[in-house]
Amino acid sequence: MIADNNFDAVAHGVSQPAVVTAGDYLNKLSGEKIERECKDKIDAGATELVVDFSQTEVINSIGISILLGVIDNARNAGAKIIFSDLNEESAELFETLGLMRHVSVA
Amino acid sequence: MIEERTKLIHAFGALAELGQEVANKNNFQETIRTSLHLLSGALGIMRGGVARYSRFGHELNMLAVRGLGDDFPLSLSLCLEDERQFLTNGLNVIETQAARVLPFFQVYDTSFTSRHIELFVPLIIRDEIVGAAFLGEKATGEPYTGYEKEIICAMGRHIGVAISQRNLMAEIERHAEENRKLFDDLRMTYKDTVKAFATAIDCKDKYTEGHSVRVGKYSEIIAAELEWTPDQIEGAATAGYLHDVGKLTVERKIINAPYRINAKESAELNKHPAVGFEILQPIHHPYTDVPLAAKYHHERLDGRGYPDGLYDREIPYIAKIVNLADSFDAMTTDRPYKARRPAAEVVDDLKRNVGKQFAPELVTAFLRGMLRELTGDTKDRRFRRLLGREYMEAEGIVPMLRSTLNELTPTSPLTYISPMSDSGTSI
Repeated sequence: MIADNNFDAVAHGVSQPAVVTAGDYLNKLSGEKIERECKDKIDAGATELVVDFSQTEVINSIGISILLGVIDNARNAGAKIIFSDLNEESAELFETLGLMRHVSVA
Repeated sequence: MIEERTKLIHAFGALAELGQEVANKNNFQETIRTSLHLLSGALGIMRGGVARYSRFGHELNMLAVRGLGDDFPLSLSLCLEDERQFLTNGLNVIETQAARVLPFFQVYDTSFTSRHIELFVPLIIRDEIVGAAFLGEKATGEPYTGYEKEIICAMGRHIGVAISQRNLMAEIERHAEENRKLFDDLRMTYKDTVKAFATAIDCKDKYTEGHSVRVGKYSEIIAAELEWTPDQIEGAATAGYLHDVGKLTVERKIINAPYRINAKESAELNKHPAVGFEILQPIHHPYTDVPLAAKYHHERLDGRGYPDGLYDREIPYIAKIVNLADSFDAMTTDRPYKARRPAAEVVDDLKRNVGKQFAPELVTAFLRGMLRELTGDTKDRRFRRLLGREYMEAEGIVPMLRSTLNELTPTSPLTYISPMSDSGTSI
């Protein structure tokens, strides 16, 4: 768990770590929103980005693809990605598909 | 085992979603973008792209890319050898490292290596290359398994079908556009031919020069006032242009006789509607009833017309329109034995013959068109152009048209046209 547990739907600016909260269903629509938010934070200088999955129940393939894009972009920008509050199913899926190799988990 | 099951369920979910995405009539670009997401997300693929193949340019043009960077080529050329090999390979996964013998993989080796493109899938539908998928490394860092390659092929087939459908639609649209242009050309040719015929008919009669063209234009005005469709209006004009085509077979001395012709000559002249029908009937006109207009344009509602003495409802509607236009032109132009009649007299004649020779709603439509032009309700100058400004602006014609229209049209406070009003309808 991240020390500062004050996550909400609004991005927290470039204070480190920057936090982006995923919704209950991570699909194309909500995934693209997260993708934009992550990009904005990295562009603003964030070097540590926390994606909060505390509200997330379901993640589909498009959501996975978008998260892979977020990971790739962050890596290209030299930023670190942290996935927080993953439920068991999501953690298993991320593990299976290899996402866990590229992120830290909190 | 559990991991495999999770992977399988997830991949099948993606396959189902992809099928739905392709079946939906979404924006094509968006469908391809979503398809790439589903393919990448199904197996945890870090980067990739989907391209459409251009048969003409022998190029794969990227439709969607994920994580390939700005320097990855958006258009990749294939040579004939590449095409042949891909077609032989069919819709199966090609490992880029193992396929370096092909020119395609040699030419783009740097791009593929720098972006970790591990798999290339030619999308082949009905023995045709429609596109390709480029897939980078898996997030797990492991090599692709046989089962994963099968999933990729299954998803690739869906994407290929989407591209193929789009190509077919584009081809249909292109053919439809070509057909539309051809149809327009044919229509123009038809119109020009009709006008040439009208001119040829009119040339035969020096006294009624321009008669067919004017009847065509009056018929057009009536049809427009009846709020017919543009095609129907054009059909009415054509019927007017060609109504006297039968006169081409009548002796010139009868047509041009500077006196009232005798019974024998009249019988000869009266054959022209039936002859006109015979001439026009075998032609495939884009508008219906053109031959019928030629045959029956001398029929009258009271059954006293010719050639068949038909009554009101027996007469084709188009023939009634042409009859009115024809009669109006006969009254408003100089004939060898009779000078043109003043506008007021012509209007009065039309009114008196409503129900006998002319259909009331047609006379109403025609006179309404005339009134609208004279009162400035329309910017058209059709009557003035055909009849001359002085003739049309004769004193008292506007009030006369108003009172005639009030007599012909069932009156109500809303339809009554004040004889003093400057504009059309008033309460």
